[in-house]
Amino acid sequence: MDLLQVATKDQIRTDLPEFRVGDTVKVHYKIKEGSKERIQIFQGIVIQKRGSGISKSFTVRKISNGIGVERIFPLSSPLINKLEVVRYGHVRRAKLFYLRKAKGKSARVKEKKRF
Amino acid sequence: MIGLIGKKIGMTQVFDDNGKVVPVSLLKVGPCQVVQRKTLADEGYDAMQIGYEDIKESKVNKALKGHFTRHKSKYYRYLKEFRLKYYRDVEEDEIFDASMFVPNELIKVTGTSKGKGFTGVMKRHNFSGFESSHGVHESFRGPGSIGQCATPAKVKKGQKLPGHTGNAKVSILNVRVIKIDTENNLLMVKGSIPGHRNSLVYLSKEL
Repeated sequence: MDLLQVATKDQIRTDLPEFRVGDTVKVHYKIKEGSKERIQIFQGIVIQKRGSGISKSFTVRKISNGIGVERIFPLSSPLINKLEVVRYGHVRRAKLFYLRKAKGKSARVKEKKRF
Repeated sequence: MIGLIGKKIGMTQVFDDNGKVVPVSLLKVGPCQVVQRKTLADEGYDAMQIGYEDIKESKVNKALKGHFTRHKSKYYRYLKEFRLKYYRDVEEDEIFDASMFVPNELIKVTGTSKGKGFTGVMKRHNFSGFESSHGVHESFRGPGSIGQCATPAKVKKGQKLPGHTGNAKVSILNVRVIKIDTENNLLMVKGSIPGHRNSLVYLSKEL
């Protein structure tokens, strides 16, 4: 096996549920404030997945008080406490950057039924 | 100073205890055997010569074969000498491997940087060049003036000019060791290391 994979194998997370671009996810992210630790939930649409191995990351976009907010999470980050897929989306792109400019009806992602 | 010979494998990232991403270089190091132990009495200075990567007998030339047989060692592709200033407790045939380092330790890594060929001053010395418009003509990436006129009538020594860049020995000090894998002889250090993949690196620490 590739030695780079050997060295990072033990840190790669495989316990998170599978999700795709277009899905709406809830990311439970650990936040440290001084000595206290709490969990913050970030819910939005996955607009991009990139990278491979331990460098894999995904971008979640949500509209917060009318302002678009995007957050990039490393997929293998130990700070992700839990990840829930709220809704499966039906999209025809791998990157949903068009959502940044889209308004109203076109800014929605159709739901996909998965069984 | 004791050290090891290794090879750069590449870069990746790991998560530290706080969950933060740390960029790391992965190195395959050792095991290296001490081929010759130079002493103050015999050679006039204290040093250890280590060998790395076994090779076939047919690959060794006569001169080196004599050297290896005199010290009753195996045949190695690479040899490297480390001066022993303080730590003199080294014997011939002793084997050093990744376990000589501990996590969080600061070490020195020496390698050969990637060759860039003949480059201009912008790449070589971070000159800013000229504007691409506003009346600039024919000179966009040049060095500009390189001195005065009839006095002193020559270009100062050490003037930064275009030339061959890279492919030189580069040492990086205080490189932090992140992880050690003695089973696979792997060493993870923070940040980048000079050279391309599979290039030879020397790791050392003062002891």
